[in-house]
Amino acid sequence: MTQRTATPALPLGDDALILSHRLGEWAGNAPVLEEEVALANIALDLLGQARVLLSLAGDEDELAYLREERQFRNLQLVEQPNGDFAHTIARQLYFSTYQELLYAHLATGDGELAPLAAKAVKEVAYHRDHAEQWTLRLGDGTDESHTRMQRALDALWRFTGELFEPVEGLDTVPWPALYDRWTARITAILERATLSVPEGPQRGAWTAGGGRQGLHTEPFGRLLAEMQHLHRSHPGATW
Amino acid sequence: MVTPTALEAELLALAGSVPDPELPVLTLAELGVLRGVRLTAPDRVEVRLTPTYTGCPAIEAMSADIERVLHDHGIPEVEVRTVLSPPWTTDAITDEGRRKLTEFGIAPPRPTAPAGGPVAVDLTIRCPHCGSTDTTLLSRFSSTACKALRRCESCREPFDHFKEL
Repeated sequence: MTQRTATPALPLGDDALILSHRLGEWAGNAPVLEEEVALANIALDLLGQARVLLSLAGDEDELAYLREERQFRNLQLVEQPNGDFAHTIARQLYFSTYQELLYAHLATGDGELAPLAAKAVKEVAYHRDHAEQWTLRLGDGTDESHTRMQRALDALWRFTGELFEPVEGLDTVPWPALYDRWTARITAILERATLSVPEGPQRGAWTAGGGRQGLHTEPFGRLLAEMQHLHRSHPGATW
Repeated sequence: MVTPTALEAELLALAGSVPDPELPVLTLAELGVLRGVRLTAPDRVEVRLTPTYTGCPAIEAMSADIERVLHDHGIPEVEVRTVLSPPWTTDAITDEGRRKLTEFGIAPPRPTAPAGGPVAVDLTIRCPHCGSTDTTLLSRFSSTACKALRRCESCREPFDHFKEL
């Protein structure tokens, strides 16, 4: 099986696959039925994107189920555990804002990712809207929800620097401009939600970095074990 | 663009008459997901199909249904290809499709905003049961990726809204 590990479809497909898996972990555990359905729908959109992207890079099943941890190129942000609902919303806010800006840019080009980006950017706009609505409700809600939303935003902040490190093969993306637009959007929504933009480093040797090079955080191994277990135990299993 | 032959037009109409697996009141033609049918050899056709959402699981059932209908019509080899570009939009749903959605209890999508992204939610969405415009959003996501869940404040019935994409 030929795999094109150099294509940018691999890191972007891994982002979608791993976040989809994390969101799927909410099935049966979400705080209200509507959120159960919402998070599963968002996970399904991301899984659809992952299938298209990984198929551009090789065989989707082999890539998802038979790679080792160091071969995955996803951002460390998307592999972070769900935490409480606020952590999941903070992760969704940071990531979907980034993904929407990135896909909107890729959709305007004529690269191999353009058709998928043009299609998916409309779905991701709903994901971002969902995260923003919850950020507003939790931030500008009770003292308890405000405290927990701020805690979640602060905890995941150190994984946001990696979002803007250039991805090999995406040479036309203006990363610093993307970072500025992302920061402006996040700042605006956090201000409306009466929350503070976290302080502290977003990048550097002592913070996040390395998911794109295959360096992952400790919870990722357990995620992979669960995701790959069935396929590895029963090769070729089908429904 | 090559003009389709009479046979291709006939096969397109046949494929288009297949009901949507999730919303069987709609045909694939009314949903606007069929992009074309081309005869690539005397006994071989290629059908181009576009998904509503990238992860829509109905696409596999649609492909199988199209293959069966064309096989039954005497075409031995049918290849259904999924195409993403240009992306499907809810504007592709025909007027007849919209009428049937309402009849089925699903509020049809409004026209999309030209700039892309979700349209403003303050435009009225009419209750498919009683026709009232006094409806509120319960959840942006519902039974399938393409729908939102709303409630009518007049008749108090919940209903699905085919959300704009």
